[in-house]
Amino acid sequence: MNGQVVTITSGKGGVGKTTATANLGVAFASQDQRVVCLDADIGLRNLDVVMGLENRIVYDFVDVVEGRCKLRQAMIRDKRLDNLFLIPAAQTRDKTAVSPQDMVRLTDDLRADFDWILVDSPAGIERGFRNAIAPADIVLIITNPEISAVRDADRIIGLIEAEEKGPGKLVINRVKPEMVRRGDMLGTEDILDVLAIELVGIVPEDESVTVATNQGVPVAMNASSKAGKAFHNIARRLNGEEVPFESLGGQDGFFGKLTRLIRAGGEG
Amino acid sequence: MRFLEKVGLGRTRSARDAKERLQLVLIHDRAGLSPGKLEALKDDLIHVISRHIEIDTDAVEITLTRERDSQRLVAQIPLAPMRRRRQPVR
Repeated sequence: MNGQVVTITSGKGGVGKTTATANLGVAFASQDQRVVCLDADIGLRNLDVVMGLENRIVYDFVDVVEGRCKLRQAMIRDKRLDNLFLIPAAQTRDKTAVSPQDMVRLTDDLRADFDWILVDSPAGIERGFRNAIAPADIVLIITNPEISAVRDADRIIGLIEAEEKGPGKLVINRVKPEMVRRGDMLGTEDILDVLAIELVGIVPEDESVTVATNQGVPVAMNASSKAGKAFHNIARRLNGEEVPFESLGGQDGFFGKLTRLIRAGGEG
Repeated sequence: MRFLEKVGLGRTRSARDAKERLQLVLIHDRAGLSPGKLEALKDDLIHVISRHIEIDTDAVEITLTRERDSQRLVAQIPLAPMRRRRQPVR
């Protein structure tokens, strides 16, 4: 195998990096790809709880870097999906425990055994972010339809281009189609117009993400949820499949106009 | 007002505001030129140009604009109102 390293990043915190990492892991694994999720947010470990694997941690990534255990020993296998693994972050250390070179070395070891190595980046643009993008073949930028998140995404695009990891691929997370339709939320076209990078996914706001996270069962394990489907589609697009985009952010499409007309008439 | 909202006239349409504000802030972010620095640049520019020609300093405007892929620094520099000068004929 010759796995690809995908780094999931955003600049701004709270836009859904960890949720995206967990769900893409689930999506790839359920499409028969071998995948390992690596939590690079040292000191603020969270991918373990989002994946529901927090009770099975023995060793962490810093233990591997500092030679206290083998890489394989730090990998937790998800019992629900045979092909899904997690390497958790250390909780009691900070970003300086790992260097960009460590990241490259360890992910290179993983490439032999996996199709995909998903690296969950910390928020911010400092050391942790630089560690996370160092081994990346593909940088996935997660944003929300909000000024602050899009502005930070733009900054990230600039930084990854400077590191020759660009231009990156964009995921717009937590879109509320109804708000986009009535002109109170930035739509897909608006965001692409401003950022001018390739779009690989639109994920609708979906309460089942919160429920899933509460239970430690990534939403992509639930085939009927909208957000789960969106993550499966992103995985397929990254895998080279042509998957049409869900028409939920369509601002001026026929369907949007029709809905508006019906709404205006129906509520009057 | 509620009727206007229903037919779509009185709506906030805040997404448009968001996009305009975003585009403006990104122009400054990308150029690494804050509104404060731009003001300083304007003062310098007025100073230099005034050495050569009389300009209407209060009306000088400097803006960063975006056109597709390129960004541009645009200066509007109106000249001071001029009286026609009598050229002595030799």
